[in-house]
Amino acid sequence: MGTTVTLKDDSVGFVETQHFTFAYPPDELKLESGEKIGPVTLAFETYGTLSEAKSNAILIFHALSGDAHAAGFHEGDDNPGWWDNMIGPGKAFDTDKYFVICANVIGGCKGSTGPSSLNPRTHRPYGLDFPVITVRDMVNAQRHLVDHLGINQLLSIAGGSMGGMQVLEWMVSYPERVRSAIPIATAISHSPQQIAFNEVGRQAIMADPLWNGGDYYRGPSPDNGLSVARMVGHITYMSDKSMAEKFGRRFRGSRQFLKFTPDFEIEGYLQHQGNSFVKRFDANSYLYVTKAIDLFDTLAGKKLGEVFKGIDTRVLVIAFKSDWLYPAYQSQEIVKACKLAGLDVTYCDIDSSYGHDAFLLETEEETHLIKYFLKKVSQGELSVDYEI
Amino acid sequence: MKSDAAKLEHKIILGMVKKHASVLDLGCGDGELISALERENKSKVQGIEIDEQAIYKCVTKGLSVLHGDIDSGLLDYGDKTFDYVILNQSFQQVKQPDAVLKDALRVGKEVIVSFPNFAHYSARLQITLRGKTPITPSLPYEWYNTPNLHFLSISDFLDYCHRRGIKIIESVYIGKKRRVMLFPNLFALIGVFFITDNNKGE
Repeated sequence: MGTTVTLKDDSVGFVETQHFTFAYPPDELKLESGEKIGPVTLAFETYGTLSEAKSNAILIFHALSGDAHAAGFHEGDDNPGWWDNMIGPGKAFDTDKYFVICANVIGGCKGSTGPSSLNPRTHRPYGLDFPVITVRDMVNAQRHLVDHLGINQLLSIAGGSMGGMQVLEWMVSYPERVRSAIPIATAISHSPQQIAFNEVGRQAIMADPLWNGGDYYRGPSPDNGLSVARMVGHITYMSDKSMAEKFGRRFRGSRQFLKFTPDFEIEGYLQHQGNSFVKRFDANSYLYVTKAIDLFDTLAGKKLGEVFKGIDTRVLVIAFKSDWLYPAYQSQEIVKACKLAGLDVTYCDIDSSYGHDAFLLETEEETHLIKYFLKKVSQGELSVDYEI
Repeated sequence: MKSDAAKLEHKIILGMVKKHASVLDLGCGDGELISALERENKSKVQGIEIDEQAIYKCVTKGLSVLHGDIDSGLLDYGDKTFDYVILNQSFQQVKQPDAVLKDALRVGKEVIVSFPNFAHYSARLQITLRGKTPITPSLPYEWYNTPNLHFLSISDFLDYCHRRGIKIIESVYIGKKRRVMLFPNLFALIGVFFITDNNKGE
């Protein structure tokens, strides 16, 4: 019955997702694959107020299963946005100072154009007629949104995991349109291990008979496949230690000898995560988006020392000690690229036991780093203004 | 609380660094020195530090700092990337001072090294008369909790530079409260050396 949310002072409050549609034919969005798509809709949210000079905007990129709803509450929903503990008045991304934007990626299923959207040519969902999407395409689409909002240069861009890949892609695609960048728990490109886990997820979906070659929108969805994909994902987001602390070897009920029921708490947890995920995520989007991050390569044929050459962006790289999916050495590679290009870079490997999920959970240290980093970046802007 | 010797040491290093230069501080701690360099010398500073809590303190000061081990933290920089590389009281704490200093001379046009003098007369007396591991104002730790891995004297370092072909541009010796001009290997607590790579100078 209605919402029971009590808003705290540091919440952005109730928010609504907005939509921006562009790339109407014949000016369709050209994709990295060479294919074209249009019109394209991006779902997005904003928090805080854009300054008159339009110089305080920060673009946040979400991770694989995230969406445009990064902070605050939707009417009737008790759960806040996915990075609510980081975005709000006085928080890391302080909405009293900054104008924060977050958009659902192209290829997604939370309001932006993706495989579950209607194909204007057939008036049916795209399914596998949807073109291959890359991280560059995701970033390019969001660049159109930033144009639409009238923002020439972003104060910062930030994101964890797949969000961090979009940060790196923006740095190389639109370096003159960003003053600082915060890639968190991410990589220059996926290792074979990371690709392997994603491939297991994709195979689980495609092995579900209900997947039906991606054409399932008129009938039941491949929930079993998508659920298994999510279960695999969740294992990789946690650490050995955090799993042991959260679940141990505890049984859910009394210890019985029933055949292959989820006896252990960890089994019940994974099944719950899988079952709730299928209610909010499209299986085809999972295929397209995981493929995009597997294909992602910041270097795109360049050497590590050349990739950031000539750009003038202040960078904060954050890794987490127990993150074995995106291990610290991958963040250090980003740092190395920054060093070789002579960029001003700060790096911290935060001590956390949460595994890859730490970027969503270990917010105290993350907040400290981001808050002071952004303070420094915006101070730089002030001193430049005074010199003029 | 910083000792008078340490304050004097920072002041001397600030005096060695030209204005508007780029500086890399290896083992920058909580960033006090590079913060002063940024403020007073208008230096473009970068720190490397192994302690996570010190990283947060540096970031609070608005400094750019890298969380890492200086025994392997330098290799990524190109030759002569920085005008100055500083090893302020961290030289004796690295695993391989020889390799670190060689890399510092490669990455920096000039290098500033400061370390506690193990041959200070008070240390000598403690070893020879009392037979104990010395504790002095610049070597304040017990043998069981010292972060120092190498114990060297001012004479050791002078010999080392000579053998390695390292050019000493300036050396300053610090006692408890002021500079030491005579017999530094006996009376100085800290040696500060301004050095450069003789072979590959500009």
